[in-house]
Amino acid sequence: MMGVEHFVFLSAILFIIGSVGFLVRRNVLVTLMSIEVMLNAANLALVAFNRSRLAPGAMQTYPGQSHTGQVFAFFIIAAEAAEVAVGLAIVLAMYRLRQTVRSDDADLLRN
Amino acid sequence: MSPLELGYFYGCAGLAVSGALSVVIAKNPIRSAMGLLLLILSVAALFLELHAQFLAAVQLIVYAGAIVILFLFVIMLLGPSASTPSDRRGITVRAASGALFALAGLGTLGAVARAAAASHRTMPMPVPEPGFGGIDAFGSVLFSDAIVPFELSSALLMVAVVGAVAVARGRQGSGSMSRSEQEIAHRAPPSPVGSAEQSGIFSHEVDGAHPQERSA
Repeated sequence: MMGVEHFVFLSAILFIIGSVGFLVRRNVLVTLMSIEVMLNAANLALVAFNRSRLAPGAMQTYPGQSHTGQVFAFFIIAAEAAEVAVGLAIVLAMYRLRQTVRSDDADLLRN
Repeated sequence: MSPLELGYFYGCAGLAVSGALSVVIAKNPIRSAMGLLLLILSVAALFLELHAQFLAAVQLIVYAGAIVILFLFVIMLLGPSASTPSDRRGITVRAASGALFALAGLGTLGAVARAAAASHRTMPMPVPEPGFGGIDAFGSVLFSDAIVPFELSSALLMVAVVGAVAVARGRQGSGSMSRSEQEIAHRAPPSPVGSAEQSGIFSHEVDGAHPQERSA
């Protein structure tokens, strides 16, 4: 029997992998990609719950509320595109200053 | 809920987890980007199983078509310096923090799984009406109830594009600086941290020399 639990467990595992990568890796590019992994996991959980909590006939009776999770995931995707554009621009600016992409070397505000 | 569906789910889930693991583990950022691509494709396939067809298409277009390509552009622009050499400084602290976080997460997950198995209750997924998740149903929600966040997200994307261009382009030459910035840039800075010529924001722009030329 297949339920929403499968999807939520997969989403939790993906989120844990992404957050561990965010904590452990030092390459800024890989850190950004780990954020992508976490947001993908969140999207998967949102869409799965949207499918599972859909009341029968909701598309006729409450049409505005039948796709809430999917619309939320859509906005997350839009915000994520913006985040990646700005994040990679910051990576490029940092590379121009320091010739490196290690997050340890981003210490211009130190002291 | 046929075994076919379950097999499809487990196949996609295995691909997604291996993609996420290769994002985190790979030494070369190109391999990380390819792992991210695998993860995105398998999540799009899972969206299809969840009757979110439009979202699967958006996922493919925006993620696989734009975000991964953007990552690849930046990695290729940076060249060999995109992959940082491995260093052992702080490796124990990093490994311990990562392991602690993973153990906490997996422990919570295991506890939830045991409780769920003990309660014998599953949350079934009813088959939705035809048209659920299609582009017309999704679009009618997006343009009626979610119109305000939709417009706000377009403003967000606009601001992000302008900000990305401004940040990545930098200041071109000293003519665009204000007077106080020029004073700071021309003043020989007292260097408490050693390599002052590497760390000044305008160091490579005032004398017009490109950093690579100067270091060569």
